[in-house]
Amino acid sequence: MHLPVSLVWLIPALPLLAAGIAALAPRSCRTLAAGAAIAAMIAAFVISCLALHTALADPGAKLVANFEWFDVGAGAMRLGWLLDPLTAFMCVMVTFVASLIFIFSTGYMKADANFKQFFCFLSLFAAAMLGILVANSLLLLFICWELVGLASYLLIGFWFHKPSAAAAAKKAFITTRIGDLGLLLGLLWLADSTGSLLFYDGGNGVLEVAALGSLASQVTVGGLAVSTAIGLLIFCGAVGKSGQFPLHVWLPDAMEGPTPVSALIHAATMVAAGVFLIARVYPLMSADLALPLVPLHALTVVAFIGAITALLGATIAVAQNDIKRVLAFSTVSQLGYMMLALGVGSWVAAIFHLLTHAFFKALLFLGAGSVIHAAHHEQDIRRLGGLRGRMRITFATFAIGMMALSGVPFLFSGFWSKEAILHAAHGWQVSHLPFGAALVAVVLTAFYMTRLVAETFFGTARTEETEHAHENSAVMTVPLILLAVGAVALGFLGTPAFPWLQARLLGEPEVHGHPLFESAGLMMLSIVLVAVGLGAGWAIYGRRPRVALDAVDPLAKAAPGVIAALGNRLGFDELYAATLGRLVTAGATVADFFDRYVWGGAVTMLARLGEFAGVVNRENDESAINGGFNVVSESFRDSGRAYSRAQSGEPQSYLRFIATGFVVLMLLVILGGGR
Amino acid sequence: MSPLQLCLLLSSLLFCVGLVAAMARSNAILVLLGVELMLNAANINFIAFWRYGPNPEAGTGVLFVLFSIAVAAAEAAVGLALVIAVYRHQKTIRLASINRLKG
Repeated sequence: MHLPVSLVWLIPALPLLAAGIAALAPRSCRTLAAGAAIAAMIAAFVISCLALHTALADPGAKLVANFEWFDVGAGAMRLGWLLDPLTAFMCVMVTFVASLIFIFSTGYMKADANFKQFFCFLSLFAAAMLGILVANSLLLLFICWELVGLASYLLIGFWFHKPSAAAAAKKAFITTRIGDLGLLLGLLWLADSTGSLLFYDGGNGVLEVAALGSLASQVTVGGLAVSTAIGLLIFCGAVGKSGQFPLHVWLPDAMEGPTPVSALIHAATMVAAGVFLIARVYPLMSADLALPLVPLHALTVVAFIGAITALLGATIAVAQNDIKRVLAFSTVSQLGYMMLALGVGSWVAAIFHLLTHAFFKALLFLGAGSVIHAAHHEQDIRRLGGLRGRMRITFATFAIGMMALSGVPFLFSGFWSKEAILHAAHGWQVSHLPFGAALVAVVLTAFYMTRLVAETFFGTARTEETEHAHENSAVMTVPLILLAVGAVALGFLGTPAFPWLQARLLGEPEVHGHPLFESAGLMMLSIVLVAVGLGAGWAIYGRRPRVALDAVDPLAKAAPGVIAALGNRLGFDELYAATLGRLVTAGATVADFFDRYVWGGAVTMLARLGEFAGVVNRENDESAINGGFNVVSESFRDSGRAYSRAQSGEPQSYLRFIATGFVVLMLLVILGGGR
Repeated sequence: MSPLQLCLLLSSLLFCVGLVAAMARSNAILVLLGVELMLNAANINFIAFWRYGPNPEAGTGVLFVLFSIAVAAAEAAVGLALVIAVYRHQKTIRLASINRLKG
C-alpha cells in the first residue's frame, strides 16, 4: 500500500489534532488527553511507515505536492509537502520514539496536576517537529521551526512554579531565537535572490540545479559566494536549535523540564531539527564546494563547529554530577559529531547517527527518568548508587544505552554510526584537526558514561530514598525495553557489510564492501580508544565505588582546578552574563539616562513653562474674573452632579450604552426603509 | 443565500460574540479578546465586500485587512500593557473593581 504524497500532511496533522483535543478538553479529562495524544502518535507512526514504503519504492525521487497558500498582487506564496527517504526515515523514527515517550509519560507524570496540558504540549511539539520533516518549503519549515521553539518553551518551563525552570525555559527560547534570526535572514536572502522558497519544484526549486548554479556564481561581501553566505545564515539556525557551540548553553538548562520532555527534546525532536535542516539543504550548503577560489566553504565552518562542540560537550560531561546534565552534555557532544559528519561531506553518516542516537539517547533519558521517579526525584549521582539490584530492567536497558553511546564494538548501533562519522572525518581533505577532536571525544564519552553507570547503579545506596527505590510499573519499563531493542538492532541497517540505509538515503544502489573495511586500522584504533575510556572509568569509579555521600571525586582530588572549572561548565554562562548581559545592561542604562534626563528634562522644562503661565493666569482669574463666574459655575456643578451618576467608571456600562444606541440606529435604518 | 450574505452573516455572528464578550466578561483580558473578535468581524466584511464586490482583481481588500491586522496587533500590545499597568497598581484586572474614574 502506498501513500500519495499529497496526504503526507496527515503525519503532522494528527498530533496537531490531538493537541487541539487536549487543549479543549476540561482539566479533568486526563485519559482523553493522553489517549488522544498516544493514538494520534501511533496513527502517525503507521502513516509514516506507509510513507517510508512509498519513498523506498524509488529512493532517488523527490515526491512533492505543492499548493498555493495565498496570492498577493501578481505573485503567489506557495508551500508544499515533500516525501523522500530522508523525510520518511526521520518521520518513522520521530513517531516511534515519541509514541514510546508518550506512553512512558503516562506513568511518569501520573501524579501531576497539569497532566492534560502536558499531553497537549507534547502533541503540539511532535506535530511541529513532523511539520519540519515533511515541509517542502523553507518558509513552512521555518513556521514549524518556531512552533517547536514555542512548544519547547512551554515544556521546559512546565514546572514554571520553580524559578529555575522558568528561567531555563526563557533561556532556551531566547538563545535559540538568536540562531533563528540568522535562519530568518538566510530565508529572506534566499527568497530575494531566487524568488522561491520551495525546495523542489520541478526544476524551479531552490535546491535544484538552476537555482544553485546562480547562487554559487554570485559573489557577495568578502568574496563569499552567495550560496555560502545563505548557507552560513541557515546554519546559525541549526547552531541554536541543535545546541552547537557557542549557543549550546541553553541545552543543559533545559533539563529543568520533566524527564520525558528531556528525552523528547534531546533524542528525537528539537535538537535533531538542526541536523535535519542542514541535511535537507545539503545541496545548498555544498554548492560552493566546486568553486576553488572562494575564501571559505560553508561546510568547513560546519565541520569545525561540530568538532569543537563534540570535544567541549564530552569534556564538560566528565565533571557533572546531575544524572540528566551528564546526558545533556553528552547530547551536545553527539550533536557535534553529527555536525562534523555533515561538514566533512557525509550527511548520510550524520543521519545514521541521528537515528541511532535518537534511540539510545531516548533510552538513556527514559532510564534516567525511571531512576529519578523511583528515587523520589533525586538526580544527583553522588546521592544515588547501588540501584543495580533494585531496578534490574532499568539497569539492563540503561547499560545497553550506555554501551551504544560509548560505541562498544559490533553489537551496538552507536558503534557503527560513530565509526561511519570517524571514517568520513578521517577522509576529509581540508584538515585533520576535527578528526583528532572526535577521537579524543570517543575516549571521554566512554569514560563519563562508565562513571555515570558506576556511580548510579553500583556501590551501595547512599540515601534513604535510594534505599527504598524499586522498579517502576510496566508502562515505564516496556518503552525502555523496546528502545533498548532498537538501540541494538538499528545498527544493522547501516553496517559496512550491509549499507542498506546509506544507499536508500542517497538513492543509489548498495555498494557492498564499504571502504570502511579498507581502513580496518581506523576501526581498531577507535575500538582501542573506547576500551581505554571504559577501562579508565571502571578503574577510577567502578572498582572502588563511592561509599560516603560527601567523598571527594577521585578526579577532583587529582586536579581540583580543572574539575571545578568543568563542573562550572567552563564558565560559559558567566562569560555571556559578563559580556552580552553587560552590553544589554549598558545599553539599557544609556537609554534610561536619555529617557530620564534628556527627553525627561525637555518635558519638565515645558511643564515648568506651562506652570508659570498657569500661575499668571490664576492671579488674573482669582482677582478679576472669578466672582462673576461663581454663580454660573454653581449651576454647572449641579447639572454635572446629575450627569456624573451615569459616569459609573465601569467601561462596560459605557459599552452597553453604545451598543444600545447602535441597535436603535440599526432599527431606525432598517425600519425606515434603509434610506 | 449568496456567498456574500453568508460572509456577512458570519461576520455579524462574530461581531455579536465579540460584543457580548466585551460587555459581559469581567476580566479585562477577555474583554480585549472580545474587542479583537469585533475587529476581525470588520475584517471579514472588508474581505467579503472586496471579494464579491465590483473589483476583486485589485488587491485593495487584502491590503486593507493586512494593515488593519497590523494596527490591531499594535493595539493589542497597548491594551495588554495597560492591563499590566493597571494590575501593578490595583492588583486586579476585574473591570468592576477598576472604577477610580467614576464621577
